[in-house]
Amino acid sequence: MTTAGPAPARTAPRLALRGISKRYGSVLANDSIELEVAPGEIHAILGENGAGKSTLMKIVYGVTEPDSGSIEWQGAAVDIRSPAQARRLGIAMVFQHFALFETLTVAENIALALDEPSPESQLAARIEEVSLRYGLPIDPQHVLHGMSVGERQRVEIVRCLLQRPSLLIMDEPTSVLTPQAVRVLFQTLRQLASEGVSILYISHKLDEIRELCDVATILRNGRVSGSAIPREESNASLARLMVGGELEECVLMPREAGEVRLALTGLTLPSSDPFGTSLSDINLGVRGGEIVGIAGVSGNGQKELVAAISGETLCAAAGAVRLCGIDAGRASPVRRRRLGLRFVPEERLGRGAVDEMSLADNSILTGADSGLVRHGMLQTRAARAFARATIDRFAVKCAGELALAESLSGGNLQKFIVGREIRLEPKVMLVAQPTWGVDVGAALVIRQALIDLRNAGVAVLVISEELEELFSICDRIAVIAGGRLSAAMPSSKWTAETVGLSMTGVFEAAGGSEPLVAGL
Amino acid sequence: MSAGTGTAIVVSAVAAATPLVYAALGELVAERAGVLNLGVEGMMLVGAIGGFAVGLSTGSLWLAFLAAALAGALVSLLFAFLTLTLQTNQVATGLALTLFGVGLSAFVGRSFVGLPIARVPQLHIPLLADLPFFGPLLFQYDLPEYLSIALCAAIAWMLARSRIGLRLRAVGESPETAHELGHPVMRIRYLAVLFGGAMSGIAGAYLSTALTPMWVEGMSAGRGWIALALVVFGTWKPWRALGGAYLFGVVTVLQLYAQSLGIEVPSEFLSMLPYGVTIAVLVVICRNPKTILLNRPASLGRSFHAGS
Amino acid sequence: MRIASSPLAALLMLLTGLVTLSALGKDPIAAFNVFFIEPFSSIYGIGELLLKATPLMLCALGLSLGYRANVWNIGAEGQLTIGAIAGSGVGLFYGGVLGSWALPVMLLAGILGGMAWAAIPALLRTRFNTSEIFVSLMLVYIAQLFLSYLVHGPWRDPAGQNFPQSQALADNALVPTLIEGARVTAGLWMALGLAALSWWFGSATAAGFRMRVSGMAPAAAAYAGISARGNIWLAMMIGGGAAGLAGLLEVAGPIGMLQPVISPGYGFTAIIVAFVGRLHPVGIVLGSLLMSALYLGGESAQIELQLPSSVSGVFQAALLFFLLAAELFIHFRLRRTRR
Repeated sequence: MTTAGPAPARTAPRLALRGISKRYGSVLANDSIELEVAPGEIHAILGENGAGKSTLMKIVYGVTEPDSGSIEWQGAAVDIRSPAQARRLGIAMVFQHFALFETLTVAENIALALDEPSPESQLAARIEEVSLRYGLPIDPQHVLHGMSVGERQRVEIVRCLLQRPSLLIMDEPTSVLTPQAVRVLFQTLRQLASEGVSILYISHKLDEIRELCDVATILRNGRVSGSAIPREESNASLARLMVGGELEECVLMPREAGEVRLALTGLTLPSSDPFGTSLSDINLGVRGGEIVGIAGVSGNGQKELVAAISGETLCAAAGAVRLCGIDAGRASPVRRRRLGLRFVPEERLGRGAVDEMSLADNSILTGADSGLVRHGMLQTRAARAFARATIDRFAVKCAGELALAESLSGGNLQKFIVGREIRLEPKVMLVAQPTWGVDVGAALVIRQALIDLRNAGVAVLVISEELEELFSICDRIAVIAGGRLSAAMPSSKWTAETVGLSMTGVFEAAGGSEPLVAGL
Repeated sequence: MSAGTGTAIVVSAVAAATPLVYAALGELVAERAGVLNLGVEGMMLVGAIGGFAVGLSTGSLWLAFLAAALAGALVSLLFAFLTLTLQTNQVATGLALTLFGVGLSAFVGRSFVGLPIARVPQLHIPLLADLPFFGPLLFQYDLPEYLSIALCAAIAWMLARSRIGLRLRAVGESPETAHELGHPVMRIRYLAVLFGGAMSGIAGAYLSTALTPMWVEGMSAGRGWIALALVVFGTWKPWRALGGAYLFGVVTVLQLYAQSLGIEVPSEFLSMLPYGVTIAVLVVICRNPKTILLNRPASLGRSFHAGS
Repeated sequence: MRIASSPLAALLMLLTGLVTLSALGKDPIAAFNVFFIEPFSSIYGIGELLLKATPLMLCALGLSLGYRANVWNIGAEGQLTIGAIAGSGVGLFYGGVLGSWALPVMLLAGILGGMAWAAIPALLRTRFNTSEIFVSLMLVYIAQLFLSYLVHGPWRDPAGQNFPQSQALADNALVPTLIEGARVTAGLWMALGLAALSWWFGSATAAGFRMRVSGMAPAAAAYAGISARGNIWLAMMIGGGAAGLAGLLEVAGPIGMLQPVISPGYGFTAIIVAFVGRLHPVGIVLGSLLMSALYLGGESAQIELQLPSSVSGVFQAALLFFLLAAELFIHFRLRRTRR
C-alpha cells in the first residue's frame, strides 16, 4: 500500500515548532526544538526516557506553555494555552496513562472528555460508528473496570477520533500492547494517515518506528539530535542518534547455575482487589547464579506475583513459595528477609523508601534485622555508616546520608534502594521494574549490579515490562499473562512471535524461527 | 401493640429520621466529589441555632430554614477554603470544624436557651389525610419531611443521569484525571461541600424547629456523626442512605415507646441504642473490603494538587 | 520552619480574639487582662493552670502517638470516662480493704479501663476494617450515658439527698496535691513523665520507628513487613490508657467523686492540643498550658465580662483552624519552591 506522502511542497506544514524551549527548575527539558509535520504524515518522535519527548507533547497539546519559541498551525502562528484550545484547533492526544474513570461506562468516559456535551443516544451511535470504521470494537455501555489495557486504549482513540482531529498525538502507545494488538493499531493509524490526518508518534521502540513512520525526529537531552527517514535507517543508526554513541552493553558470561533457591510450586492466589488479577498455578524455579526475567504487559498479575513472593500477601499453601528449600508461603516479609530474600519494589518513593525520612533511616527500613536494630532500640550510628557506604559504593548523588529520600532524583534513589538491598547480602534477589523512569547512566549501573550479583551466585528474579532490558540481562525468560506463567526458556530460544503469543496467554514451546534481536 | 401506637412510632421515627436524611444526603454529595467533611455535627448545630434564632425573631419558618442553610453553607465554606485551597488535612480540619460549630452555636445561642417556638406545622393533605389508618400514617407529615424524600429522588437522578452528576462522580473518582480533561475540579468540589453544608444546616433547623422545638447547647447529640455513618452504610447511594436513616429513626424513638411496648430497661441503655447500632451497622458494611473498594469514591479524603 | 506555625497560629488567634471581643463591645485591654493575666496572678491560679493542663497533656500525648501512625482515636473523652469509672469504682468499693494500696490500684484500674474501652475500636478496625474514628466516637456517647446511669442509679450516694453523684472518695483514695493553697495534683508529674517517655519512645525505639513509618508511608510499612495491626493496637492502647489515667486523676483529684459530668471536653480539646503541639511531646506540653489558659480565661471572662464559657471553645477551635492554615502555608510554599 502506498504510504501517505507529505503534501505538495508549497502548502504549509500542518504543525511547525520553531525554537521551542522549556525549563523545569535546573533542567532544560526542551532546548530550541525545531519540528515540521506535514498533513497525512506519520512522524516519529524518538528518544530515551528523559529526552524531552513528553514535555514537547505537553506543549503541543496545551498542557504547558513554552518559555520561548513559537508554534505554527497550518501556517499561522498560534498560542496553545489549554487542551481545550488544542482540541478546537484539531489536535488530539492519546496519553500513555489513560485519562479514564474505572467506575464509569465507556460512553460516560467519552462524554466527559468531549468538549460539547452530546445527548446520550446520539453519542452511543457515534461511538459505534467510529469504532467500526477504524476497526476498534468497543461497547459503549460497558463499565470500564474489567476491560483490558488494549480495549481501554481503543476507548481513548475513539474518543479522539470523535472530534475529527487533523493531528493525532500518540504517546508510547505500544508499551501496553501485545504484538498482535500492535498490528491492529498500526492498521488504524495508516488508515487515518491516508485520510490526511497527521500523526505524531512518540516512542523509543526502533522496530516499530522503522515499520510505521514516514519521518523521525530524534531527541537527546532536550535537543533535536537528528532527523531521519526510518525506513532508510537501521536500528543501530537510529540508536546512535538516540544515545549519541555506542552503548556499553552488559556482558553476560555463561555460567553454571547452582541449586534452586526460589521455588514457586502451584502458586494460586485469588485477588482480593476487585480490580486485580488472580494468580493460578504458577510454577518457577530460580537457581543461584542465574537471572530469570518475567516479561508481560502491565496488569497481568505482576503486582500480585511480586506481593506473593515478597510476603506482603500470604499464600494458602506454605509450600507454594520456597526460599532456599524452606517453606515460606505463609511467612511474613520479615521472616522471608531472614531466609535470605531481598526485594526492590516497583515504587521508589512511598514504598521502597519513605519520602520524608533520611537515607540513614531508610536503611533501617529493611535493614532492621541486619544489625541496625538491637534489643528493640535503633542503632543510629550503624545506620548512618551503612547509608554512607551504600552511597559511596553505588555513586548515589545526594547531600549525604542525612538527605531526605525525596530530595534524590529517580535514578539516584533507585541506585540507593538497589544498593541497600544488595548490601544486605541476599541469597535471592527480587526486583520489579528495575530501571523504570531511570536515566541511562543509572540504569547501566543497576543492570551491571544485578549481573554482578548473579555472578556471585545469587538467584535473581527480575520482573519488567521492558523486553529489551530483559533480553540484555536475563539467562532465562518467562512470560506472565492473565495470572498464569509460561515456562522459563533461555533468552536465545524466544522469538518475537512466541513472546507476543505468550503475552496473550497462548503458551507454547519456542518454534525454530530466528532469534529475537535485543533492540540495540 | 395497637395500631395507634404503631402509627405513632412510625410518625415519630420519620420525624427523628428527617434531620439524618438531610445531613446524610448533603454529606453524600460532598463525598461523591471526594471530600470527607467530618464537621457535619458542627454545621448541624450552627444551622439549628441559626434557624431557631431567625425563626423566632421573624416568625417565618421559611426564613428560618433559609438562614439555617446559609449558616451551614458559610461554615462549610471555611472548611472548603482550608481543605481545598490550602489543602489542609481533611480529617483534622473536619474535627476542628465540629469543635468550632459546637462552640460557636453555644456562644450565639446563649440568649435563646429556654425560649419557646412554634413547631413546624404538619400538613394535612386534603382527602388523603382522612383515610382510615393510611391517613395518619402517610399523609400528615410536615413539609420538610416530604421534601426530604423529594430531595433524595432528585439527588439520585442527578448523580446517575445528569451531566453535573457525571462530572461530580468523575471528580470523586479521580480529580487528577478530571483536571486533565479540563473539568473545574475545585469549583465542583467547592459547590459539593457548600451543598453539604446547607443540607446539614437545614437538618439542624429541623431539629430546633420541629423535632424538639427549642434551643439547647449541643442538641444534635451526635446525629451529625450518625449521618456520616449513614453515608457509609448506604454505600454512597442516596436511597440506601435514606433507608438507613429511617432504620435509625425507629431505633431512636424506641426508648420513648419502651414502656408501652413493655420493655423494662433503664432509659440510659435505650439511649445508647442508636450509637451501638451505628457501630454494628458500620462493622457489617466494612467487613468485606470489596464492598468498600467498589463503592467508595476513590479519591475520598485525598487532597488534590492541581500543580503536581 | 514548621515549628514556627504554632506560635504564628497562636498570635493570629489572639489578634482575632481581641478584635472579636472589641466588636462585642468589650475593651480589648481589659479582656486581655481578664483572660491572660488575672487568672495567673496567684498560687491558686497557677495551680489551676497546671491542674487543667494535666489531663490535656496525658490525653494529647497518648493521642499524638497514634496520629503519627495514622490511627485516628477520637474517643479519648470516652476512654477518660471509663477509666474514671473503673478507677473510682475500685476506690469506692475496695478502698477500705486496700488501705494504702488503694491509690496505686486505682491508677492501674483507670489505665486498664481506658485501654479496655479503646480495645473496642482497635478490634473492630483490625478484624473488621471499621474506621476507628466512628467507633471511638460513638463509644464516647455510650460511655457518658453509662456514667449517667451509674450516678443516677446503682452508684448514687444514698446519703446524698438524691443528687446524682457517688459517695466521696476516702482520703486514701485521693491523689495528693503538690502545693499548699493550690489544687494541682501529683498527676502533673505523671503527665510530664509520660512526655519524656513518649519522646524517648518515638525517637529511639524500633516500635516508635515502625509507627512513624506507618504514618508517613503505609506502603513502605507493608514493604518493610511492619504489622499494621500491631501499630493500631499499640496506638489505641497507649491512647486509651493515657486517657483513662487522666480521667481517674480528675475524679480522684479535684472532683473527689463521680458526677454526671467529669470533664469539660478534655478528650476533645486534647485533639487540638496534639495538633498545636505538632504531635511532639515538647509542643504538647506547651500546647496543654496554652489550652488550659484558654479554659481558665474563659471561666474568668464568664464572671468578669459576662461572656459565656463557650467562648473558650470557639477560641480553641479557631486556634486549630489557624494552625492548620499556617502550617500549610509554610509547607505549601516549601513545596512550590522545590518544584
